[in-house]
Amino acid sequence: MSGQKRIWIVRDYLKCSGCRKCEIACSLFHENKIWPEASRVRVFMLVPGVEVPHLCAQCDDYPCIESCPVNALSVSEETGAVLVDKEKCTSCGLCIDACPGKIPHIHPSEKYAVICDLCGGNPQCVKTCNEGKWGALRVISKADEKISGRDRAYKLYACTPEKITRDLVINLYGEAGEELI
Amino acid sequence: MRGYTGKFLEVDLSTGNIKNSTFNENILRQFIGGRGLATKILWDRLGARWETIDPFGPENILLVLTGPLTGFFPGSRICVSGKSPQSNGVVGSTIAGEFPVELKCAGYDGLIITGKAAKPSYLFIADSEIEINDASHVWGKDGKQTLKILTKESREKLEKSFPRYGVWKEPAILYIGPAGENKVRMASVMGKWTHAAGYGGYGAVMGSKNLKALVVKGTGPLPEVDDIEKVRILIEKTSQECYKGDAFRRWGTSGAGYEVGANTSSEPVRNWQEEWHDEKSFGVNRFEQRVWIKRYWGDFGCPITCMKIAMVKVGPFKGAIGDNPDYELQAYLGTNLGIFTPEEAVYLSSLIDDLGLCGIQCGNLLGFAGELYQRGILTKEDLGGIELKWGDTKAFAALAEKIAAKEGIGKTLADGSYKAALQIQKIKGQDVMQYAVQAKGIAIGAHGIRSGKDYPIDISYACSVQGGDHTSIAYVPIDHGDSELAVILHDSGVYCWFTTFESSQNLIWDFFKAVTGWEIGHAEWYETSALRILQLQRTLLLLGGPDLKWNPKVHDDNPVRFYEPLPSGPYAGKKIDKAKFEESKKEYYDAAGWDENGIPKSEVLKRLGLEEADKVLEEKIRQDLRL
Repeated sequence: MSGQKRIWIVRDYLKCSGCRKCEIACSLFHENKIWPEASRVRVFMLVPGVEVPHLCAQCDDYPCIESCPVNALSVSEETGAVLVDKEKCTSCGLCIDACPGKIPHIHPSEKYAVICDLCGGNPQCVKTCNEGKWGALRVISKADEKISGRDRAYKLYACTPEKITRDLVINLYGEAGEELI
Repeated sequence: MRGYTGKFLEVDLSTGNIKNSTFNENILRQFIGGRGLATKILWDRLGARWETIDPFGPENILLVLTGPLTGFFPGSRICVSGKSPQSNGVVGSTIAGEFPVELKCAGYDGLIITGKAAKPSYLFIADSEIEINDASHVWGKDGKQTLKILTKESREKLEKSFPRYGVWKEPAILYIGPAGENKVRMASVMGKWTHAAGYGGYGAVMGSKNLKALVVKGTGPLPEVDDIEKVRILIEKTSQECYKGDAFRRWGTSGAGYEVGANTSSEPVRNWQEEWHDEKSFGVNRFEQRVWIKRYWGDFGCPITCMKIAMVKVGPFKGAIGDNPDYELQAYLGTNLGIFTPEEAVYLSSLIDDLGLCGIQCGNLLGFAGELYQRGILTKEDLGGIELKWGDTKAFAALAEKIAAKEGIGKTLADGSYKAALQIQKIKGQDVMQYAVQAKGIAIGAHGIRSGKDYPIDISYACSVQGGDHTSIAYVPIDHGDSELAVILHDSGVYCWFTTFESSQNLIWDFFKAVTGWEIGHAEWYETSALRILQLQRTLLLLGGPDLKWNPKVHDDNPVRFYEPLPSGPYAGKKIDKAKFEESKKEYYDAAGWDENGIPKSEVLKRLGLEEADKVLEEKIRQDLRL
């Protein structure tokens, strides 16, 4: 594996403006359309002000890949992203159940699991987020993380949007936040 | 047709009938969508009996319309319209958020809602699945509660219907607060706690239909466009232009809360008795330092994110949450009430949003009531025990709550400053209209015209087809970027006005071409399409009814206050010159194609293919004015 090229998208939720340009960029790249529900990154807003860009965290142990009964999922040698073989995928949803963050979802019309593929190494969501200087999504190199063992920590970000929101709402609104969700 | 789904969802709340309707390409090219198409629909369906239509009757049509550029042009908005309970004409009132994108992704360009539900209801749309659901459990609830409950139950419903879809992202929701339910004429259609379609009073129209909320989830893509590659480039280009202009991104419009008072002297202070203040306590730096908890907040596709989220951390209003008051709310729920501290302005804005009131209309009304109290016309007794002193935030909050509940004096004041003034002067036997700072029933936006240093001019409110609406002003030359003809394009498009500030007009035409394939251009728009929409809005405004009728000779005018000299500040002594105003008005009438009485001219209407409007004006309006 050429670990040197492996990247990870850092998500800084409190910096997310909710502009959803990541959804626009992602769906234009993958679908050649603006299509928020087909976007590999989806911005959840279960509470206004708490916008959660939700995308694959590339867990070190890839439980989604384990769960797939038809071997439709694989890890990109180059980037470490989870790749979905659209032909093989039966949209059974087992990968969604296996994901600790329930991050994959079924494509709204094509019936296969939608998972972030890091755009082959140049994620469009990150590009647009940084052109706009919001800095909610950034790319870091994962190369050295294996040594420090930090790669296991990335999996912590594979959380459900509800759980992330419950944390953030307290961070942002304090005690009042508990009433808002 | 490109950029459109081609389908509009029609819902009759009285019968529960639901159907799709369409408009042909010729109509859509002429009226585009949003405000333009709303005007066309209202004219076609209600124009012949407009003066008999009660804005709160089941026959009124609530329109919630996108446009072809919605979702594509950076900064998504949707236009709410209908017969306005404020002006009795048509107002195109836009609100930002994901609602229009979800709606188009569900397959609809807009909603056409008629009738009245038998009980509190909300409309639930998930692609082609449409339900009219019971809303009894959220009726009476404020904005934050309503959104929380409806978000939760709608997601559960989606998860139940499509269990293998994965985790469902929340649907988009427009709703009303208690003020809308109680048909307070200043009620907004709300979104995301703080977003409001305020001008026009369509929250009250929703309330009159027993319609608490609209919930939509669309899983499809935005419609096909003429050239997706060009659209992609234009999104990039428009965004890059916005990134260069840093002021709105950095401070939103809230930098103006201090500046417009201190520099241009055009900010309402104590019901416009002054338009100048130098209260550094109200500086944007203090808002930023004391109450901002999120610096950049925006909606789908927005490259500016001018909103900031604020929360009060200390003092009696601790815990209040909202978007940081934008300029309009800083002015109307701050300086206009003699309030000059960030915490109090945040609290009051947050309360007004929770109640589902329009911050501009209600802030104007509260200032009007404040002045009547100052002058001893409204007493503590009249106000149900409230001592309505300038700067007393708790007193103004208490009055706002009475208004939302229509309790005591709140019942009268709920009609907004114009209609409340009519009632109060009857009771009190003295002229109070001189203190109502409004035009044709619509409170004037917080940009005064006396100093001559702000963007509106002397005729801007007096001659606008949307009255005091500061986002849609009359202007000469009529094809100027500040003119309402330019605004009609944005509000029909439908997209955010702020994202156009850094863009050339050509870029906007390019955008229309890339999305729709139509080469609209300056001449088609300013000499034909926009004028056509303007004439229809003007015609419906003049028809008015059933409870009021505007006479241009009397009502195409500024509020009395603007003819009084500014008492303070760098432009002290400046006022609107009546003779000069009359000249500008004549010039505007001419440019708009209106006769000396302010009525659209027969030959202009005929040139625009509006023979029916000409006939109606001849029968119902021109005759009266000749007498």
